[in-house]
Amino acid sequence: MNWFNNVRNRIPFISKRSTEDTLWHKCRDCNQMVFTKEYEENLSVCPECGFHGRIGPSARFLQLFDDMSWEELPAPKVKEDPLKFRDQKKYVDRLKAARSATGESDAFVNARGQIKGQDAVIGVQDFAFMGGSMGLAVGETFVRGARAAIEAQCPYIVFTASGGARMQEGGLSLMQMPKMTVAVEELREAGLPYIVVLTDPTSGGVMASYAMLGDIQISEPKALLAFTGRRVIENTIREKLPDNFQSAEYLLEHGMLDMIVERSALRDTLAQLIAFLAPSKQAA
Amino acid sequence: MPVIPSLTRPTGRLNRATMQHYLDFEKPIADLQARVAELRTTADSGSLNIDGEVKRLEAKSEKMLRDTYERLTPWQKTQVARHPDRPHFKDYVAGFVEDFMPLAGDRGFSDDLAIIGGFGRIHGRRVLVMGHEKGDNTESRLRHNFGMAKPEGYRKAIRLMKLADRFGLPVVTLVDTPGAFPGIQAEERAQAEAIARSTETCLQLKVPIVAAIVGEGGSGGAIALSSANTVLMFEHAIYSVISPEGCASILWRTADKAADAAEAMRISAPELKKLGVIDRVVAEPVGGAHREPDAAIAALGKAISDELGKLAGVSGEKIRLKRRAKFLDMGK
Repeated sequence: MNWFNNVRNRIPFISKRSTEDTLWHKCRDCNQMVFTKEYEENLSVCPECGFHGRIGPSARFLQLFDDMSWEELPAPKVKEDPLKFRDQKKYVDRLKAARSATGESDAFVNARGQIKGQDAVIGVQDFAFMGGSMGLAVGETFVRGARAAIEAQCPYIVFTASGGARMQEGGLSLMQMPKMTVAVEELREAGLPYIVVLTDPTSGGVMASYAMLGDIQISEPKALLAFTGRRVIENTIREKLPDNFQSAEYLLEHGMLDMIVERSALRDTLAQLIAFLAPSKQAA
Repeated sequence: MPVIPSLTRPTGRLNRATMQHYLDFEKPIADLQARVAELRTTADSGSLNIDGEVKRLEAKSEKMLRDTYERLTPWQKTQVARHPDRPHFKDYVAGFVEDFMPLAGDRGFSDDLAIIGGFGRIHGRRVLVMGHEKGDNTESRLRHNFGMAKPEGYRKAIRLMKLADRFGLPVVTLVDTPGAFPGIQAEERAQAEAIARSTETCLQLKVPIVAAIVGEGGSGGAIALSSANTVLMFEHAIYSVISPEGCASILWRTADKAADAAEAMRISAPELKKLGVIDRVVAEPVGGAHREPDAAIAALGKAISDELGKLAGVSGEKIRLKRRAKFLDMGK
């Protein structure tokens, strides 16, 4: 009945909250059913097991910026469907569906605001938009976010969530890896902090570029973080993998992260980091 | 200069006529060439004068080869790019790098032979040359891990690039990898971070970096060495964000649709040139680099030397900024 709810939810005069699917939230980790309202009030963290659910840009901005106020940066215009790609569906149709489902123009959104009185630009990747995949739009938005931070002389904080490169943009999506790396370089040259918060799930080409280049590497608990997906590795080496393999905790243990921070503590942690790292005119 | 067994060129390619691997789509050509060989044996025995027929069939088979290779589909190119007889890193080095002096190790963990590099001279100009080595028999393929580097391979690459940068040697990379190695140890030692830093290092260099996609340019494992000022690509090489099989199994839910995926992703050199992903296509001999490796190797050496020439004398800062601008504008 998923299609039915999808259609129903898009009809403006029927309240979205009224279907069973939206009233209850089922935790992806412990499978507990909790009231959606209670779940969202708990920052989309499961009140039963503490699992951090996936959230999009608006929810993230709402949780982090002062006074629930921020200025969203305009989405850049990029070439759409540069390869005229189609698999079983046309890429343009997939884009259209993702846009109507998320209300965003692509999988990455920037906003400028303050965190405990300190300026910051935050970029959030949206897994709900075609698996957060990285193509021309994500690459260009990231560059714009870094430049907005440079203009405002403030840190750039990026929340990653992505399956990797957007296959539908072929080699051009691969080229976003060096492109976004250049933006990280520009931040470094400007003496501004680049803080990465890895969220569930982040993998592939995203993991192998800007997601691992932060001055500070943070992750939310239990996030799935990988270069190569578990299934591919198991198929290649025909071995069973350790249970916590590619979790945030596993990455911390192997030296790839500075810290794991719960969502409820993120705002405080980021504020503290900015105070340590931001250019001195701004430092507390 | 130390001699590393893996770097000495095999003594010719023995019995190429009989040992040649034919690809599936080359079957009609293989059949014709077998027929020619058969007629030749008959003619040698002196029983018949069939020179005319042999010549006619040879001409026909040559034409068929040319026609086939002019119209290779992206999936056929994938087969050619992966052809076991295609020249590999050590063949290019033996062919156009003088005084090659290999350097080893990442200084932290081990020496990953999936990526080999060292000092050398190309047409007299000193360079740091490195690239993926796939190996060409079971033993060497295992030793080089089929050209799939682990984090220590990329960390060796980073070390060598920084070394080249300090001493003003241009960097030349030859890319030929199915992708970075997917395994527990690779993940454990931060494969993603190693690739990200290697890409970053390419972008920081104040010396020119010229990359050539010579076989398979597989995703992150390739971009870590190919974020270059100039990217060359062999006519029948492929360069892609995911293997056609991988893409097909995700988007079509079956690897059987790899040919469709190869087509849709535009992984061939001419198409990537049009998209601005690469800068120059290097033509291969008729029938692919594996049929006339010496000619292919020489053509690549010349193209690389040309491109190094164009970048010589440009200031380090300009080299770096031009490279950055190129990737910032990618896809615009």
